[in-house]
Amino acid sequence: MAIDTGATTSSPPAPLSEAPQQDLVMRLWRGDASGGRFVDYRVPPQEGEVVLDVVHRIQAAQAPDLAVRWNCKAGKCGSCSAEINGRPRLMCMTRMSTLPAGEPITISPMRAFPIIRDLVTDVSYNFEVAKQIPAFKPGPKGPDGVYRMAQVDIDRGQEFHKCIECFLCQNVCHVIRDHEENKPKYAGPRFFVRLAELEMHPLDTLDRREYIREEMGIGYCNITKCCTEVCPEDIHITDNAIIPLKERVVDASYDPIAWIGRKITRRPAPLPASEAWKLTGAAHAQPGPARPPAGADPAGPGETRLGTGA
Amino acid sequence: MTETERHDFDVVVIGAGGAGLRAAIEARELGARTALVCKSLLGKAHTVMAEGGVAAALGNVWPEDNWEVHFRDTMRGGKMLNNWRMAELHALESPDRVLELEEWGALFDRTPDGRILQRDFGGHRYARLAHVGDRTGLEMIRTLQHRAVSLGIDVFMECKVIRLLQDGAGAVNGAVGFWRETGRFVTFGAKAVVLATGGIGKVWKFTSNSWESTGDGIGLALWAGADLIDMEAVQFHPTGMVWPPSARGLLVTEGVRGDGGVLKNQDGKRFMFDYISPFFAAETADTIEEGDQWYDNKKDFRRPPELLPRDEVARAINSEVKAGRGSPHGGVYLDIASRRSADEIRRRLPSMYHQFKQLADVDITTTPMEVGPTCHYAMGGVRVEADTEATTVAGLYAAGEVAGGMHGSNRLGGNSLSDLIVFGRRAGLAAAERALGIPGSSEVSEAQVADVTRHATSYFDNEGTENAYAVHHDLQETMQDLVGIIRVEGELLEAKDKLAELDQRAAKCAVEGNISFNPGWHLALDLESMLAVAHCTTLSAIERRESRGGHTRQDYPGFSSAFENVNMVTRFTGGKYEVAQEPKPQMPSELAKLFDEEAH
Repeated sequence: MAIDTGATTSSPPAPLSEAPQQDLVMRLWRGDASGGRFVDYRVPPQEGEVVLDVVHRIQAAQAPDLAVRWNCKAGKCGSCSAEINGRPRLMCMTRMSTLPAGEPITISPMRAFPIIRDLVTDVSYNFEVAKQIPAFKPGPKGPDGVYRMAQVDIDRGQEFHKCIECFLCQNVCHVIRDHEENKPKYAGPRFFVRLAELEMHPLDTLDRREYIREEMGIGYCNITKCCTEVCPEDIHITDNAIIPLKERVVDASYDPIAWIGRKITRRPAPLPASEAWKLTGAAHAQPGPARPPAGADPAGPGETRLGTGA
Repeated sequence: MTETERHDFDVVVIGAGGAGLRAAIEARELGARTALVCKSLLGKAHTVMAEGGVAAALGNVWPEDNWEVHFRDTMRGGKMLNNWRMAELHALESPDRVLELEEWGALFDRTPDGRILQRDFGGHRYARLAHVGDRTGLEMIRTLQHRAVSLGIDVFMECKVIRLLQDGAGAVNGAVGFWRETGRFVTFGAKAVVLATGGIGKVWKFTSNSWESTGDGIGLALWAGADLIDMEAVQFHPTGMVWPPSARGLLVTEGVRGDGGVLKNQDGKRFMFDYISPFFAAETADTIEEGDQWYDNKKDFRRPPELLPRDEVARAINSEVKAGRGSPHGGVYLDIASRRSADEIRRRLPSMYHQFKQLADVDITTTPMEVGPTCHYAMGGVRVEADTEATTVAGLYAAGEVAGGMHGSNRLGGNSLSDLIVFGRRAGLAAAERALGIPGSSEVSEAQVADVTRHATSYFDNEGTENAYAVHHDLQETMQDLVGIIRVEGELLEAKDKLAELDQRAAKCAVEGNISFNPGWHLALDLESMLAVAHCTTLSAIERRESRGGHTRQDYPGFSSAFENVNMVTRFTGGKYEVAQEPKPQMPSELAKLFDEEAH
């Protein structure tokens, strides 16, 4: 039975204490772009459930039109992202037993994206950013017609490839969470991971550093690590992707030797695969600029600049 | 009439898992105006859940491996019911398709000399599966997704196709769907349509499949008049999670066994040695000592029975549990903890480690997993021509799990991901060739479109208390109980009757709320194809009076020569489901010779 509490701040409907089989109170956000409110649903608890199971039971018995995205229910597809008691998580990987007992459990849609209906948000921003990323461009194959890569050279890239595109990192990134106006000029942590995977790919030949600085807005990130904290795949987004990217971008922009090198060669020679990303590490973790550095375009005139909408 | 949004393309691909993405990439690269229509967000399709790897005879780990060995393994795994030409093309082309993924950015695990590493899986003579830990499907779908995006393919996300459109001669010339977000209808004009809608697992109660696996393409093909084959062949993967209840059915990758994991009953006995069928006896170790040596020396030793094809292992687990030797939650134990170091387990099987830790609070590096069979894969599906994936309806192609034939009556692990890219490419190619040969744009029938939208919205006009969730629940119970892993005629006939009742109930489903992102409405529409799947599976299961691969009849145990050369063909004609036995394509003698030799 649904109990409409009308507002987020309303007190729990009834004290939930004595009875061992006390109903769960699930406080779900219902509404669409024009507005909405939290609605409480009471459901009996069942053994070993995750939040998504309870949401499904509400959907099947009490609210058949409750909008919720989900696919795999195994933490592999990244569809069921939501904010559970205020914390961004996957509903399918959050066991009910890990949440405080005897209190209503609040589930709201991700805040950084416009609401479509109930728990479903419009995440199209992410797919638009994805379209702009300059694609992988491998060099020639080896003499025997195959690519060779050492496992050690792809370990880091494989970490990034674990990303399930749940967009929880995007959701908590303060650059866009409450600043819709920043979205057109900022790619967000998910896409810094994507760019890092391309930049660190042993076979890739494209230099995206200028593009990352100019078009992807990496300077906006000031390394608060919120993204890393919510990543359900435990990708070290800040330490392993963003900071090394910032270093690369800074090297490309301000290193006078690299600058002269570019003037002479027009294009920096790609680093050998095994050397390319040894810079990564805590020693290099310096706060980056809060805003993209202003000033002259450090890219040489002969460089190909990658625009948006490629 | 409800107004619909209108788009015209040369090729419309329905489904954006591995097969759909690969088909769209091929069609686009050939210059066809291509749309990719998928009912979830891009990159969320069930392919993402594939774990163990993609089978291709690259010969990187075992140079002795080649396409002929792969072909032979595939046919024997499918109990010879496979379409031989599909199995041949698959074995021949999968290495190139895997290497192509690498050219598009995929990062497979490596051998010490820097080539693609390959792992052992059930039914494969040599370590053959290119993989990325235990998240190979994610790597594949992301690689294909990036490729498709970089080619600028038009993607219609969260758009569900309800019906195909056909011209006066019956050729498919479009499709009607709707945006899940708004409920607004979309009409696609197309010169060729590729079905790549994946599987059917949501028809059963315990399944490894994701939300999307509702057999949409089976329904679309059937209603357009296309033939299905061998729908009785449903794979129950031997190792799904059995506890906690909410995780029941979730896949535990065969890679656990490939990497050394063994199955034990409650007495700690490796029971698989008691279940070696004569069909595989020559190539299977009959002692623990021999089986354990095979991991490092495949030339001199035979593989352990834990790595028999999936149908064999699933039946064995089922028998152990029925005999009362199961684990506390009704499964058996899958033990890798006692076989490999904790570090190695975490490195080789990170998703499994994570999945058990988070969902069951079990540490697989110290504790055996509890596992049991779960509905995993449809070997049967839309009947296609092997080289082009053309269905029996002009303008309609099918690739991936929705198509039948490639895997016969049982699929080997790893052969699905390779199927997607081999036949996804071929379907995209054939569809583009057809479309580019037809001038102008396709003229869809507005009357057909109106019929479809009227039907789809009729659920909002239904009155009463019938609820799509309840009908779905009862359908799953029926299929799990009566058309499950072990079948018998009486129960199958009972299922047939129950399905007729469920048809009636499904038609009466009343949808609450409005048309924007309404899962109750989406489920009512999904039920149409799920019921089509259930009917065809049940009819085919009644008709095939033998046990073969993923179809086990308690009343007809063992192979029957009367059925070994027969495909079960199901059709939907005049509002009725029909089943017929038709001869399967016969293998040419030069390939048949491969099976005469000794089993090695």
